[in-house]
Amino acid sequence: MSPQITPIADTAQDLELSERILAPDGTRLSNPRLDGYVADVDASVLRSLLRDMVILRRIDAEGVALQRQGQLGLWAPCQGQEATQIGTARALAPQDYIFPSYRETGVIYARGAQPADYVRMWRGEEGAAYDPAALRVAPLQIIIGAQTLHAVGYAIGIKHDGADEVAVTYFGDGATSQGDVNEAMIFASSYQAPVVFVCQNNHWAISEPVAVQSQFPIAGRAPGFGIPSLRVDGNDVLACMAAMRWALEHARAGRGPAYIEAVTYRMGPHTTADDPTRYRTEAELEAWRSRDPIARLEAHLRAAGELTDEQAAEHRQAADALAAQMRAACLGMVTRPPLAVFDGVYAEPHTGLQRQRDEYAAYLATFEGEA
Amino acid sequence: MTELTLGKALGAGLRRALRDDDKVVLLGEDIGRLGGVFRITDGLLDEFGPTRVIDTPLAESGIVGTAVGLAFRGYRPGVEIQFDGFVYPAFDQIVSQVAKLHYRTQGRVKMPITIRIPWAGGIGAAEHHSESPEAYFVHTAGLRVIAVSSPEDAYRSLRQAIACDDPVIFFEPKRLYHHKGEVDLGAPLADAPPMGLARVVREGSDATVLTYGAMVTTALQAAEAAEDEDISLEVIDLRSLSPVDYGTVAASVRKTGRVVVAHEASREAGVAAEVIASVTELCFEYLESAPVRVTGHDVPYPPAKLEKYHLPDLDRILDAVDRVLDRPHSVSGADA
Repeated sequence: MSPQITPIADTAQDLELSERILAPDGTRLSNPRLDGYVADVDASVLRSLLRDMVILRRIDAEGVALQRQGQLGLWAPCQGQEATQIGTARALAPQDYIFPSYRETGVIYARGAQPADYVRMWRGEEGAAYDPAALRVAPLQIIIGAQTLHAVGYAIGIKHDGADEVAVTYFGDGATSQGDVNEAMIFASSYQAPVVFVCQNNHWAISEPVAVQSQFPIAGRAPGFGIPSLRVDGNDVLACMAAMRWALEHARAGRGPAYIEAVTYRMGPHTTADDPTRYRTEAELEAWRSRDPIARLEAHLRAAGELTDEQAAEHRQAADALAAQMRAACLGMVTRPPLAVFDGVYAEPHTGLQRQRDEYAAYLATFEGEA
Repeated sequence: MTELTLGKALGAGLRRALRDDDKVVLLGEDIGRLGGVFRITDGLLDEFGPTRVIDTPLAESGIVGTAVGLAFRGYRPGVEIQFDGFVYPAFDQIVSQVAKLHYRTQGRVKMPITIRIPWAGGIGAAEHHSESPEAYFVHTAGLRVIAVSSPEDAYRSLRQAIACDDPVIFFEPKRLYHHKGEVDLGAPLADAPPMGLARVVREGSDATVLTYGAMVTTALQAAEAAEDEDISLEVIDLRSLSPVDYGTVAASVRKTGRVVVAHEASREAGVAAEVIASVTELCFEYLESAPVRVTGHDVPYPPAKLEKYHLPDLDRILDAVDRVLDRPHSVSGADA
């Protein structure tokens, strides 16, 4: 299965070249390539996907609000990318291991993140947001594309262990310009590692449009590395789930790596420190609002008579409840004591660091008894 | 005891580590059928197969980055970087990932990765093949940095590095790969001195020469020559550059009161600067004179025909000894 490889320059044409199951207005389309992968997805599963996306959007909004209120140092919004994150992550088996970038709030949500897990890192309390072993998700990665190599190494380990697992890595369109992502594809291909690459092409790497990163569909690169790829409408949760099931099946069957480019759009800023009005137009945003992944699935379910107002209200209530828990967890965090700054640098005693720790402890002790 | 070259001792150390723990895997360019460009991994592919001894694509960041993933999976990767000057493409993975993941995760993710680097100059090599990048790694929290100087130390320290739960940057002096020495291949690791300890290579009373790697040999030559002038030099092989064993170093400085630090790496913000700063903090009142550095110059590593003017030799060390002893001398110092 390989993508169409027509050179692209504008976002509208870009999207028309991707695989889709749900039209932007929610109409169910026939897709011979993907339909078989979601034949079992009934209305109740669709509703649960919708519920997840509604909750994710609310988590994301809460993250932005907490940052604006000074509770978080930074937040990386994922509004607009709910279908890509929920659709792909929900396709995973529990034993699969994920190497995400910093924007994968929906992926860690789908893996069972706890309310505090969304904010711990952005608040600056700990370097990693959650226990990687508990979620089977590596720490959120800020260095662009570095995690793709980690996924490939992990997948090589899976293969050596003969385990029924797949490693998955998420990254953005900007990351595809990085050497590490290209090296990851080379290593994955050379060792036929069971790894799935998920590129969330959200069209903007901070202020650089995807056309600066690529004059060619990003999914078109993978076959050059010997990796089959699929280019899907990233705002179509069914297409994302189907593509991921295809990729996982491919990797799990011992046929090596697979690659997905999910064509989506980051509706908000790159992070809360960014001002996208400086580099993109309202007209572009408006065009993408009409492709909203949540509205699309909701329209589909409503048209089929499979979503009641009560169910929709329950989704919103669940979202509000999680947002409240997230806020409470954030406000309730207790910063560790000063000497914790030394904790965990080394796994075994390091005399040089111990000396510094002792010096700092002695310094701190001089303040004891002061008000 | 078996007489081995330093290179063969390293190979024996890797073989032993692979036998002792099936989670140990090796990765690197040319380490398989070729046995590495220096033949350190000679024979290991045949003995352990291609899933334990992995020939990789020619991509240093890829090698270290996949080692990170293997470590996530519970493996203990031993990475070979082909030459010192080729470690820079992997620098981001080493300093941003390997060094930090344990700290970022509060110790939940361990990175027991050993990164072997054939290192430093004096062999007339081409550009980028003779560099001394150790200060970059010493400066990076989360890494341990080891430099070996003898076959026995190479065999033992390499096994310790692989067994260590922390990432270790492991420098192997190319100049000494063919130097021979006695190695006790059967010695239990538990009985060996810890990896971080310095080693008093030669005892003396007039001044302490602190050095590491191939410069240990040069410093010993200098000590031999100094003895002809009734100067007794204590030579200490630091072995570990992070952490430095200041217990051993300070004990020597308190005895001699005079310090020379010698290394091939260039001077500015180098290991010698750090060692002298720490020695000054720890035993200022014992110092009889200002410590002196003998280092490579602050230049890019020069072409092979010029490297002898860059690398400290025994005469430059002896000149520095003259200076810390306040002796009249011909090259530099009080009258300069």
